Amino acid sequence: MPVGTDPAAGAGWESHPARVGFFTDTSICIGCKACEVACKEWNQVPDDGLKFSGMSFDNSWGLGADTWRHVAFIEQRRPVAATGGAAGPASPPGAAGELRWLMSSDVCKHCTHAACLDVCPTGALFRTEFATVVVQSDVCNGCGYCVPACPYGVIDQRKEDGRVWKCTLCYDRLKDGMEPACAKACPTQSIQFGPLDQLRERAAGRLEDLQERGVTGARLYGDDPHDGVGGAGAFFLLLDDPEVYGLPPDPVVTTRDLPSMWKRAGLAALALAGAVIAAAR
Amino acid sequence: MSAAGPRSGRGRRRGPASVVPEAEFRSYYGLPVLNRPTWKPLDIAGYLFLGGLAGASSALAAAVSTGAAPPPGRVRPGLVAPLRFGAAGAIGLSLVALVHDLGRPARFYNMMRVFKPSSPMSVGSWILSVYAPAAIGTAALDVVPLPGRLGPARRPLQHAAGLVAGLAGPAVATYTGVLISDTAVPAWHGGYREMPFYFASSASSAAGGLGLLTAPVDASAPARRLGVAGAVAELAVGRVMRARMGLAAETFERGRAGRLLRAAEALTAAGAGLALAGRRSRAVSVAAGAGLLAGSALTRFGVFHAGVASAEDPRYTVQPQRESLGSRPSEPPEPC
Repeated sequence: MPVGTDPAAGAGWESHPARVGFFTDTSICIGCKACEVACKEWNQVPDDGLKFSGMSFDNSWGLGADTWRHVAFIEQRRPVAATGGAAGPASPPGAAGELRWLMSSDVCKHCTHAACLDVCPTGALFRTEFATVVVQSDVCNGCGYCVPACPYGVIDQRKEDGRVWKCTLCYDRLKDGMEPACAKACPTQSIQFGPLDQLRERAAGRLEDLQERGVTGARLYGDDPHDGVGGAGAFFLLLDDPEVYGLPPDPVVTTRDLPSMWKRAGLAALALAGAVIAAAR
Repeated sequence: MSAAGPRSGRGRRRGPASVVPEAEFRSYYGLPVLNRPTWKPLDIAGYLFLGGLAGASSALAAAVSTGAAPPPGRVRPGLVAPLRFGAAGAIGLSLVALVHDLGRPARFYNMMRVFKPSSPMSVGSWILSVYAPAAIGTAALDVVPLPGRLGPARRPLQHAAGLVAGLAGPAVATYTGVLISDTAVPAWHGGYREMPFYFASSASSAAGGLGLLTAPVDASAPARRLGVAGAVAELAVGRVMRARMGLAAETFERGRAGRLLRAAEALTAAGAGLALAGRRSRAVSVAAGAGLLAGSALTRFGVFHAGVASAEDPRYTVQPQRESLGSRPSEPPEPC
């Protein structure tokens, strides 16, 4: 299989289990934050302060070194039924002042082509046999390169610790044949864990189902193996544009452009050498 | 920058003096999509400058001191020695800054754990592992006597080390352009085509400045030529880069980055002008050199801060990606 469809094999795992991931169906998320809590508890992720955001029920702000699952809350002034927006069912007059909630539990995408992994200079970030992306905390020296490399703003440095941290997709639990803590704790099965192929099939069915029911705003995000990161290991069913949830609409692994960048750096180095030789004459 | 080209969806065209809201985009309560780079400005922007200065200085020192039996009067010890010492000092400080910036400085040696062509930082670490000892050794051999029988080997050894540093120098000065461009930071990745050339120009300008600052006028002609060429190229490439970058170019013009880059351009232009005018005046040459060095340093800090600003505002992530998808947001932004 080409590397794009079998990242574990691409990383050198000769025999390995099926690629696993998350399908987060935000249409049934109730914003309970059980995933955030379960993740913190299982992974012993430290407290990173209680900062009142004043914007919504979301006081954990976004993914970072100490927040590996993040539940977004979006209040919108539009009729609950008209989830398709302009293209959705006509809203009854006078309903415009109503509120709809969007809730979504965000997580590391475990990209097929992971920028954090590509740019890590120490090899601390690696591809597991489950095709997930994990930081080896005993190797990371806190160079911070992965932080601006991630197109989703997932991985971050823990200040008092110096190293970077992010979702491991519960690598330790996977090794013991268990599902990740967040999926286990999710009371509505908004977070579904399993082999990625199966999740993609299930998500396609769910999307079709919702669209038949008139929820035209529903769309899958991160499920396409042809997108800028080669498809995400953790993908989503969203009810609005990705940027509304704080997700980039068209993320790209910038190492895609690396061959061109090295070529240009080589030319620039030659130009510099030429200029120096010309100047020295 | 011009407002040419379609903005996403309901975007308005903006004039320079526009007071209307800018092109609309949707976001999660205005929070950034990306995590802010954790690099410390003094360490990393400082390294971008010092590494460039060191690399180009070593290259110039090697070019000036090499060559088949230079005719009398063409040997320029007054230029070579300060360039070598400048390079050694700059790369020494760079290594300190790079280790200091690590979250776990004691684990700096993990940089040598693997060689990863997909990581510009890994490639850079290996380049530095060749360059830094060569550059520091070249300078050290000027002052540290070799013991006993090794004495006669000093000059050949220094020449060899200087050559290694001179050959690796251009790589040190340019790989950093790849280093910052290979990120999701809109103002850095958006300039990936020009960034290595921008940094190479800035490094040339700095090395020329160092030569003008330290060498007597009868020896500094190569530094003068390199400094002026680098300055002109830096000003030109910077403009080309911003013109081609799209929306994120705004971050090079606004706020702290804008102030730094405007000062950088003024200093670089003034330095180049003085370098051309002051061929016979030591004082003018010193001023020219200081201007070029300061201009190069502020350029790197400006680029650094433009990147941070572009990561902190979701507009620079969301809007260009919307455009690349060729689609509009499905709803207008929420009225607040």
